[in-house]
Amino acid sequence: MFELLGIPPQALFGQLLLGLINGSFYAILSLGLAIIFGLLNIINFTHGAQYMMGAFVAWMLLNYAGIGYWWALLIAPLIVGATGIVIDRLFLARLRDLDHLYGLLLTFGLALIIQGLFRNQYGVSGLPYSIPPELAGGRNLGFMFLPNYRGWVVAASLAVCLATWFVIEKTRLGAYLRAATENPTLVQAFGINVPRLITLTYGFGVGLAALAGVLAAPIYSVNPNMGADLIIVVFAVVVIGGMGSILGSIVTGFGLGLIEGLTKVFYPEAAATVIFVVMVLVLLIKPAGLFGRAA
Amino acid sequence: MASVSGQMAAAPAARATVEAASLHRAIFIGIAVFLAVAPFLLYPVFLMKVLCFALFACAFNLLLGYGGLLSFGHAAYLGTASYICAHTAKVWGVPPEVAILLGTASAAVLGLVFGSLAIRRQGIYFAMITLALAQMVFFFSLQAPFTGGEDGIQAVPRGRLFGLVDLSSDTTLYYVVATIFLAGVLFIYRIIHSPFGQVLKAIRDNEPRAISLGYATNRYKLVVFTLSATLAGLAGATKAIVFQLASLTDVHWTMSGEVVLMTLVGGMGTVFGPMVGAAVIVTMQNYLAHLGAWVTVIQGVIFVICVMLFREGIVGVLAKRLKRPL
Amino acid sequence: MKTGRMLLATALVALFAGGAEAQVSVKLGVLNDRSGVYADLSGEGSVIAARMAAEDFKAEEKGIKVEIVSADHQNKPDIGSNIARQWYDQDGVDVILDVPTSSVALAVNQITREKNKIFINSGAAASDLTGKQCSPNTIHWTYDTWALANGTGSAMVKAGGDSWFFLTADYAFGHALERDTIAVVEKSGGKVLGTVRHPFPGSDFSSFLLQAQSSGAKVIGLANAGGDTINSIKQAAEFGITQAGQNLAGLLVFITDVHALGLQTAQGLVLTESFYWDLNDDTRAFAKRFAERNGGKMPTMVHAGVYAGTLHYLKAVEALKDKDPAKVMAKMKEMPTDDPLFGKGQVRADGRKVHDMYLFEVKKPEESKGPWDYYKLIATIPAAEAFRPLEEGECPLVKG
Repeated sequence: MFELLGIPPQALFGQLLLGLINGSFYAILSLGLAIIFGLLNIINFTHGAQYMMGAFVAWMLLNYAGIGYWWALLIAPLIVGATGIVIDRLFLARLRDLDHLYGLLLTFGLALIIQGLFRNQYGVSGLPYSIPPELAGGRNLGFMFLPNYRGWVVAASLAVCLATWFVIEKTRLGAYLRAATENPTLVQAFGINVPRLITLTYGFGVGLAALAGVLAAPIYSVNPNMGADLIIVVFAVVVIGGMGSILGSIVTGFGLGLIEGLTKVFYPEAAATVIFVVMVLVLLIKPAGLFGRAA
Repeated sequence: MASVSGQMAAAPAARATVEAASLHRAIFIGIAVFLAVAPFLLYPVFLMKVLCFALFACAFNLLLGYGGLLSFGHAAYLGTASYICAHTAKVWGVPPEVAILLGTASAAVLGLVFGSLAIRRQGIYFAMITLALAQMVFFFSLQAPFTGGEDGIQAVPRGRLFGLVDLSSDTTLYYVVATIFLAGVLFIYRIIHSPFGQVLKAIRDNEPRAISLGYATNRYKLVVFTLSATLAGLAGATKAIVFQLASLTDVHWTMSGEVVLMTLVGGMGTVFGPMVGAAVIVTMQNYLAHLGAWVTVIQGVIFVICVMLFREGIVGVLAKRLKRPL
Repeated sequence: MKTGRMLLATALVALFAGGAEAQVSVKLGVLNDRSGVYADLSGEGSVIAARMAAEDFKAEEKGIKVEIVSADHQNKPDIGSNIARQWYDQDGVDVILDVPTSSVALAVNQITREKNKIFINSGAAASDLTGKQCSPNTIHWTYDTWALANGTGSAMVKAGGDSWFFLTADYAFGHALERDTIAVVEKSGGKVLGTVRHPFPGSDFSSFLLQAQSSGAKVIGLANAGGDTINSIKQAAEFGITQAGQNLAGLLVFITDVHALGLQTAQGLVLTESFYWDLNDDTRAFAKRFAERNGGKMPTMVHAGVYAGTLHYLKAVEALKDKDPAKVMAKMKEMPTDDPLFGKGQVRADGRKVHDMYLFEVKKPEESKGPWDYYKLIATIPAAEAFRPLEEGECPLVKG
């Protein structure tokens, strides 16, 4: 049996696949951030908290209403997305004319509030959430044991990312959106309700974060801090990709998942920092990010 | 962020500047007097904590309020300096003043390196890059053997200042810290009102214009970034001597968020705002400690209130009332 | 003249205090995490435990006035040490209790020694508290990393789990836990097939679990804590690791973690604790009363340690009719401990409280009779073997 850099190729495939699964989460989250940034020009610091809310709403649906995973997948993003719309109407809409940094500060404050409230209510040890029975177990792929649920995560997130990309790049609604990003006044003049478009976009981006949260609930610990550290990594992903293109953020998300997966095999100690190192390298070579346009 | 400066420019220039300068001098003297008597009224360890954070917030404000650059990773400089100071004082056994200098110097170097990376992008990207770089420092501090991981560096000796003054008494140490603090903020005040500071404000208000006037804006930004990191490091190193420990708290991103909050509450772009903000936040943390997780919620609410209704901060509002820059 | 009046006053006070007993008033400060990762296993529950100890001891009747204060150290050593200093300097606190999170515990340990007060730790894991950094003013009550590593390591090898693979959190705590456990495993005749260091805090452990799986080791040791442990166990269940015959050994797992995981996920996990509410009639009676006051949540070993530590302290104060720290510490070390939760034991010269430790296995869902019925006892590690021998701790107090 030949070996690649001391690792049997089977194991390597396995690790790459796992990297791809983590990349799915990065991709959905950075996609949501990119969409919000495109139209609102703010970085949504609450994104991590909203990802956490998605997981919690799934748990609440199950425990308070007896609604299972599959419906949660649909309902949780809608509920959390709706809270996003409220946030936008109440707060963000009033900050549109100010320096965009205020939006960042506001969403940071909101993240603290949301995480604190959940911590008070549910503690921090985390809550149990099981894998839906339809996806329990796994299959042997020859080179690794792949739990069915992980396979589902990759498939689902790829589908969601591509669907989003399709809507934005290929449909009329997407065309309005892109036009509003470039020149809101002109689009308004064509009779499109731009403020509403902006609010709905924010709600949609937030909904994507919640969807990632529901996907994560069965495999990661559902606790109030689950999004806090993740979001910083996703920020780095966004900086690497540059927020110029939707496809760019998806590709970067999956790509960095792969890089992280490889690091876990060859040099696990650096797995936490590798994305930041990549970020530094990209900044040195291409400051606007891999897919970004120069500011 | 531009509102304060606009108001400053609008005032009849020369006389107002002189008036402001004498007002500022009076306030600084007031602060010095207060610092001299404070330990007789308040608990000195608590005061020292406030002073360290006030210096930290002033350093941060130099970058945000005058350079217009929002760093979300200032904990990295505070924390690095505090680790280096604690390590050199404890393991190498250097006297406290040398340990503080070494800590501060390490923050300066780090600021220079990170600054040169971060200023390649602007606005929100800048904030995210500084945050990500600081997170790298956090992971480094967690894994590096000399930092003691989660335990931190404990039992750092306070030592004898210049080999003469025994710092183990809280009151003695307090006066040393108060001196460091005053020196730090006066230095910042000096920077702001130097020609260098004027160019900074010009860049903050309109970078393309400053470029067209022939200023190498990136060099100015890098210098102010490094200065800010250095002073944050001075605060961190002093803190390590005061609390006799250096820990992960100082490099965690929540610390970066806290300093933003302090500056925002006090008033960014004002001379005295960050000090007031730091005092408010530290006092709040101290006296609300029994509320547990609600402290985070309260901090978040303050953030939101400040951004929505109170963007000038406490001192900013005061300055508006008095029609004087503070 | 003046003296005479003072004597009279004292006599009057004694008279009104309603007894011949001299009144001693003590102030206990429960300093722990009330909002972070350790809030569930310490937090408000520890305050309840301390209060229950004072009530059960009938302190008031015995002429000891007990006041209990509490604060949140947020797992930050600077906040914790600030509170500790203020408590000692300004608020007249005599004893600090609990203090989970090693970094804060070590800081409080230092300050307590400096201010000559008493520190009875229950929540922290650092074995340095009674080792290199031991202090004449500190008692470490409930458990430490050495005891956990020793309990789980030796008992697992005895039960046939003689080949190990470690998943280690990549920082000082994880390294220490890994080092201590490896020493025990090898001493007991087992062997270590490999280790992998994962970033801390991490969320995805699948890659490391896969490496553990392919190592073929019988036992996968989790040298991590809190959220990392929960995530590793959750994902191990997902990858079918326990079903495939490998055992998971948690080296720092609390009952609150098992509660968070649910039995479906946690079943089969082996772990060491020094207390379980369902051990005997005494612990059950205590747990029942405790749960009534703690929103139905059962006590953890940390809560139990705060209760027992407070009780022992009050006994010493009663015996001495004095709260002078040096005398009380001497009394606490001289007097054997005896309480309903840990049974009989003693406090060693280095401040280590010794008692039995227990190896538990998490029940299968069908074996459990209801909420909090989680453990079955596999082995009892007798007090004499449960803790690091006195001479191996490098505690300067023990020399000579």
